[in-house]
Amino acid sequence: MPHDEAYQHDVLIIGGGGAGLRAAIAAVEADPGLRVAVLSKVYPMRSHTVSAEGGAAAVIKPGDSLDQHAYDTISGGDWLCDQDAVEAFVREAPEEMLRLEHWGCPWNREPDGHIAVRPFGGMKAERTWFAADKTGFHMLHTLFQTTLKYDAIQRYDEWFVTKLLVDDGRCQGVVAIELGTGRIQAITANAVILCTGGCGKVFPFTTNANIKNGDGMALAYRAGVPLKDMEFVQYHPTGLPFTGILITEAARSEGGWMLNKDGYRYLQDYDLGKPEPRPVLRSMELGPRDRLSQAFVKEQEKGRTLQGAYGDYVHLDIRHLGEKLIDKKLPFVRELCLKYVGIDPVREMIPVRPVVHYMMGGVHTDIHGATPLPGLYAAGEVACVSINGANRLGSNSLPELLVFGARAGRAAAARAADRRRPGASVLAQALDEQRRLEQFLGKAGGKERIAGLRDEMHQIMEQSAGIYRTRGALEEATEKLKGLQERFKDLALDDRSLTFNTELLAALELSYMLDVAQAIVHSALARRESRGSHQRTDFPERDDARFLAHSLAYRAEDAPRIEYLPVTITRWPPGQRVYGR
Amino acid sequence: MQATVGLTVTRYRPEQEAEPTIQTYEVPFRKDWVVLDALNHIKDNLDGSLSFRWSCRMGVCGSCGMKVNGTPKLTCAAFLSDHLPGPVRVEPLDYFPVVRDLVVDLSDFMRKLKAVKPWIVRRVEQPPGEGEYLQTPAQLDAYKQFSMCINCMLCYSACPIYGLEPSFVGPAAIALAQRYNMDSRDQGAAERLRILSAKDGIWECTFVGECTKVCPKGVDPAGAIQQYKLTGAAHWMKSVLLPWGTR
Repeated sequence: MPHDEAYQHDVLIIGGGGAGLRAAIAAVEADPGLRVAVLSKVYPMRSHTVSAEGGAAAVIKPGDSLDQHAYDTISGGDWLCDQDAVEAFVREAPEEMLRLEHWGCPWNREPDGHIAVRPFGGMKAERTWFAADKTGFHMLHTLFQTTLKYDAIQRYDEWFVTKLLVDDGRCQGVVAIELGTGRIQAITANAVILCTGGCGKVFPFTTNANIKNGDGMALAYRAGVPLKDMEFVQYHPTGLPFTGILITEAARSEGGWMLNKDGYRYLQDYDLGKPEPRPVLRSMELGPRDRLSQAFVKEQEKGRTLQGAYGDYVHLDIRHLGEKLIDKKLPFVRELCLKYVGIDPVREMIPVRPVVHYMMGGVHTDIHGATPLPGLYAAGEVACVSINGANRLGSNSLPELLVFGARAGRAAAARAADRRRPGASVLAQALDEQRRLEQFLGKAGGKERIAGLRDEMHQIMEQSAGIYRTRGALEEATEKLKGLQERFKDLALDDRSLTFNTELLAALELSYMLDVAQAIVHSALARRESRGSHQRTDFPERDDARFLAHSLAYRAEDAPRIEYLPVTITRWPPGQRVYGR
Repeated sequence: MQATVGLTVTRYRPEQEAEPTIQTYEVPFRKDWVVLDALNHIKDNLDGSLSFRWSCRMGVCGSCGMKVNGTPKLTCAAFLSDHLPGPVRVEPLDYFPVVRDLVVDLSDFMRKLKAVKPWIVRRVEQPPGEGEYLQTPAQLDAYKQFSMCINCMLCYSACPIYGLEPSFVGPAAIALAQRYNMDSRDQGAAERLRILSAKDGIWECTFVGECTKVCPKGVDPAGAIQQYKLTGAAHWMKSVLLPWGTR
């Protein structure tokens, strides 16, 4: 593989969603002379940011405060958030959101033309900006279209990274496949930023798009970078059965009710407040996602859920909001229900159940998006800074993309300013990787099918790492996942061609997911307490004495090695999470 | 209810065959399956070599546009039950070069999108610290519909003008240009007009209207083009008579 000047960059961003595009703009604005590139396995506007619905939180209204946003976030995260990171996040979110407004994001407005905000789960003030219920779609397209005006941002559309190039203790680039041609290429850079999103597809029932396979997490993990807090998996309480399509939390923040099979607002039985006709902040349907998803399981155990073809469900009722409000503020909810369930939420109740939605954990970074590996950065869902702790609040992930995408972009630009050249051994590594991929693609035989291994992984993860976990199931899962890793070596491929080989892509993605699944299960097994989204039936209490700490999963020979890192506490000592009181 | 349904899928593997071929698969029929679910069933269980793009499976990422029984559709929103008894014909979108099987080459659109300057143009940028640009709900409504485009390419595949004249800027790119022209925060309409009133711009469109019919998001590109022709002509007149503008 000849190394070509054309494939040499100062800052290389992997992933073209919200975080990646924001990072790209931040990098070129920090230093317009930098050669910045965005590489993604999909065209940027296909990135999963596009599916975010409800909104993006940032303090903008009188009566709200940065401290209140910080407190809501920290208590929502069950005190596992790093408070210095949260303080930076809430401080920088308003300016980032205004910048996006200046770039054209079609935020909903008040009659006088100011930004409109809506309530959201776990938030004590109305601070969630929204573009109807397609907020992520509009943010992504606004960012993508804005990047088009910067000629300095080069794109590699539909390229897939298979390895990080690390030499001399620093990340110096990647090896990637151009999907259209099958060409394998070393692309070097002084700084690489991972913005590849989460890994919901490790689970069978998820709101996540097909592309969310933990690519960046596995790349970093294989390069020796720890994955932080991987046991914290967010179940969103309102997904459509079968498809897992998300029904936004905004449906509840506008006043929707959660009803069990008796038409009873069951959340009142789970220490979340009293049912009022109108929505009350930090109460009932506006409680945090972890608590609402856990309440579903308890209702299920009591036999008070409904039974459907795709498992148990409850009802989300928004009929009383009226057609006018639904069309103005929740048009996508109506569109999705009509199209995918054949019901009109103006007249009928929506069947919903908890669905895997978001990874609080991810690649370990500091407050600037830097990982422990010099030259490697991460931002967005792939990263764990951590501002989300043990449970992310709805509408915090979109501003997180902006704040930490920009931070990582600036930090990477500063590092890249010295314009170092890639080391010679990097190209030797790239050749090794090329040989590995060619052998993988050319290998004859094999008994295992991608879909078979993926289905088994899904079952293992759902049975062991779901809403409630226990030692026995997690231990069994560690063994079974090890078995899947072995069987992966005997994978059969039908497709040997170089042109847009999506089977090869799916195989490489599966290998990433298996690594990430192991990190999740081992981290969950090691955390012998219950906190936020991580509920151990054998250790039902939070244990600050032992576990007010981030888990760090390092890849190791036989099984991941788990270490702990203390949480940064600045002004909010650990307390009780109180909702509805 | 029938137990299975046939899918007749266009194959094209440039390393193996010079021309596209057709392959038929029999998949289980399930009433809540969309065409994309059937394609994934094929890929997972019958033939791992079938290539197509998909991602969100909820009609918003724009990846999975194909022709279903001759009409451009998002396959994640096209139910098998609406195409019974089958076989269901699945083909790549028209008028784009085919890369492989159902995957088409989008690079032409990506160039055109950039060419129409789909971003806010301002003579003077106001720092974010000074607060938002005010925009009333009515001003938002003026462009909101055109901002709903997901770049799925169905409109290009339905546009006979694009089929005849590949240099035509095309429905989605013009709708997105108009999205910014109509945005009260934008001051770039004159710049875009120079591009869109050139040859291959808005005047190529003969108002066939197929783009609007196939749009899965109600964007109405045909309406955008007509509106642009009218306001575009007026703006052009104004820019000739009042070169410094009044905005």
